[in-house]
Amino acid sequence: MAREITGMVERRGFGLWLTHLVMIAGVLVIFFPIWLAFVASTVTQPEIVRPPMPLWPGDQLIENYTAALFAGVNVPVLTMLGNSLIMAVGIAVGKIIISLTSAFAIVYFRFPGRNMFFWLIFLTLMLPVEVRIVPTYEVIAGFGMLNSYQGLIFPLIASATATFLFRQFFLTIPDELAEAAHVDGASPMQFFWDILLPMSRTNIAALFVILFIYGWNQYLWPLLITTDPSMNTIVMGIRQMFPSGDDVADWPVIMATSILAMIPPVVVVISMQKLFIRGLVDSEK
Amino acid sequence: MATVSLDNIKKRFGPTEVIQGVSLDVADGEFIVIVGPSGCGKSTLLRMVAGLETITEGELRIGDRRANDLEPMDRDIAMVFQNYALYPHMSVAQNMGYGLKIAGLPKAEIATKVADAAKLLQLTELLDRKPRQLSGGQRQRVAMGRAIVRAPSVFLFDEPLSNLDAKLRVQMRLEIRELQAKLGITSLYVTHDQVEAMTMADRMIVMNAGRAEQIGTPLDVYERPATLFAAQFIGSPSMNVLEVEGRDGALWLGDMRLPNPTGHIGPVMLGLRPEHLTPDPEGAIVMQVLLAEPLGANTLLHGKLATGQGFTASLPGVHALSHGGETLRLSISPANMHLFDTATGARLG
Ligand SMILES: Nc1ncnc2c1ncn2[C@@H]1O[C@H](COP(=O)(O)OP(=O)(O)OP(=O)(O)O)[C@@H](O)[C@H]1O
Ligand SMILES: [Mg+2]
Repeated sequence: MAREITGMVERRGFGLWLTHLVMIAGVLVIFFPIWLAFVASTVTQPEIVRPPMPLWPGDQLIENYTAALFAGVNVPVLTMLGNSLIMAVGIAVGKIIISLTSAFAIVYFRFPGRNMFFWLIFLTLMLPVEVRIVPTYEVIAGFGMLNSYQGLIFPLIASATATFLFRQFFLTIPDELAEAAHVDGASPMQFFWDILLPMSRTNIAALFVILFIYGWNQYLWPLLITTDPSMNTIVMGIRQMFPSGDDVADWPVIMATSILAMIPPVVVVISMQKLFIRGLVDSEK
Repeated sequence: MATVSLDNIKKRFGPTEVIQGVSLDVADGEFIVIVGPSGCGKSTLLRMVAGLETITEGELRIGDRRANDLEPMDRDIAMVFQNYALYPHMSVAQNMGYGLKIAGLPKAEIATKVADAAKLLQLTELLDRKPRQLSGGQRQRVAMGRAIVRAPSVFLFDEPLSNLDAKLRVQMRLEIRELQAKLGITSLYVTHDQVEAMTMADRMIVMNAGRAEQIGTPLDVYERPATLFAAQFIGSPSMNVLEVEGRDGALWLGDMRLPNPTGHIGPVMLGLRPEHLTPDPEGAIVMQVLLAEPLGANTLLHGKLATGQGFTASLPGVHALSHGGETLRLSISPANMHLFDTATGARLG
């Protein structure tokens, strides 16, 4: 497999240089703003506001990051990172559990209205969070879940996309396998745990990465339902750090926060990269 | 080990009756082959015995228990599937032991049973591999192993060899039969390959469109086919079937006069096996040979009769055609003539 791919894009001489040049240029363009943010997080406030902007890191790295992590502007960044982590993991795990079990029900059980349920779930694909945000807010407020982790997580858990993906995957698993398990005496839940779940491992990993980032990047919903700064998530928290009125923005601390906000998704992607790619490319059958 | 009895078993999917009443008594340790063309309901019948399909009507007994409403697990059966259905993420040993694990046996006991079965099937070296690291024949063996470890009283096979190449199929055929004889486990075996049916069966069921056309030993079915369908399905090359007329104490095919073993009067279907024909200068059957297929031990001669019907003869030895279209006179002993009712296809005499 790996050899085929290298063979596919094999180039020699000039072509090789050209592709690399284009690639490097692309990386620089994407990387430059991140670099600037990093530089800004290592200098002092006066250095940033005085043109020209510095292009090389200064000597305030430790001070700025310590300030961000433990003091922040409204609330320590550590708290917001923790909130974001709980929310992102909660959403990813919740979505995976819900969609695995609903796909299992839809594919392996014959119950009245099975197809109707599938299409209902499918329909919700067309209703993103933003469209149903007002009624959802009403419901969550009614349950008294404002400023709580439940409020952050539950409304985002139902997932048509993941249910649909798992359904498609389950449909590719031969019926004979379920029948073999049935003959072996496995109950439906044993079949789910012992066979379906391990076979879905790579798909689950791929979805976890995607859903973690989805959860991490939520902005509008946390903004609406968390009024207490100690419940802020980091992505919305960065925006909250911008001063209103005439106060000066503490740019080094804001930039340090931005850099910190990027680290967890990057760590998740890198640590799960192998499983993630396998989940997208092939399924173990 | 157990007897299995099917009493007028029927299966309907919606309005269509796929199995139209099959009755069969399987003796303890007997090897039964269910054979028939694609779509005749072989798998459905087997799956009803397995408990994977509900029985619409009739009674199924395994051992001395009524099994209609038992879960597969409680029927004391094991099944080998066409595509083996091995769990892809489990090792060979785990695949074989999964049923035992579900049954709650202690780990050590599972390991011993798996090791014993693996030894029997020469799988010992492969126990730690995953199914995808095995050849087709080895996967087939693992599927067998999974069935054996549970020491069931009935084995069910659904076309287990159809994914193997011809040579391996012959070898596995022997292995399965030997193993079954050694373990003495009652078996139902589905195939659409009549050679498999002939060579493996103690008794076979020839199925057609949801009905059992004939139930009997392979030789029974070959020598005294109960219906025209069974006659044509079993035997290779398949039987010549001609429409003839019985009158004046003989059977007439156009102006060819053949003996009339049953004395039947009027139109009737006559079946002649190609291998029962012998060249005879006085023979009543006159065939124009168009094509010769030498198979080594014998030669298939394809051609047509004076009436225009296609006809095949299988003669021992080598017969080269000197030129196309030569005529050949053949005769057949009356004992090898099979007569069937024109309307119902039932055997006469
Ligand atoms: N779940 C089902 N719903 C409706 N009809 C079915 C169903 N399963 C099987 N059938 C029909 O029942 C008939 C018998 O099917 P079955 O699978 O038993 O055939 P088979 O003899 O095993 O054929 P093959 O040799 O091709 O495997 C077929 O006409 C098939 O279309
Ligand atoms: Mg079948």
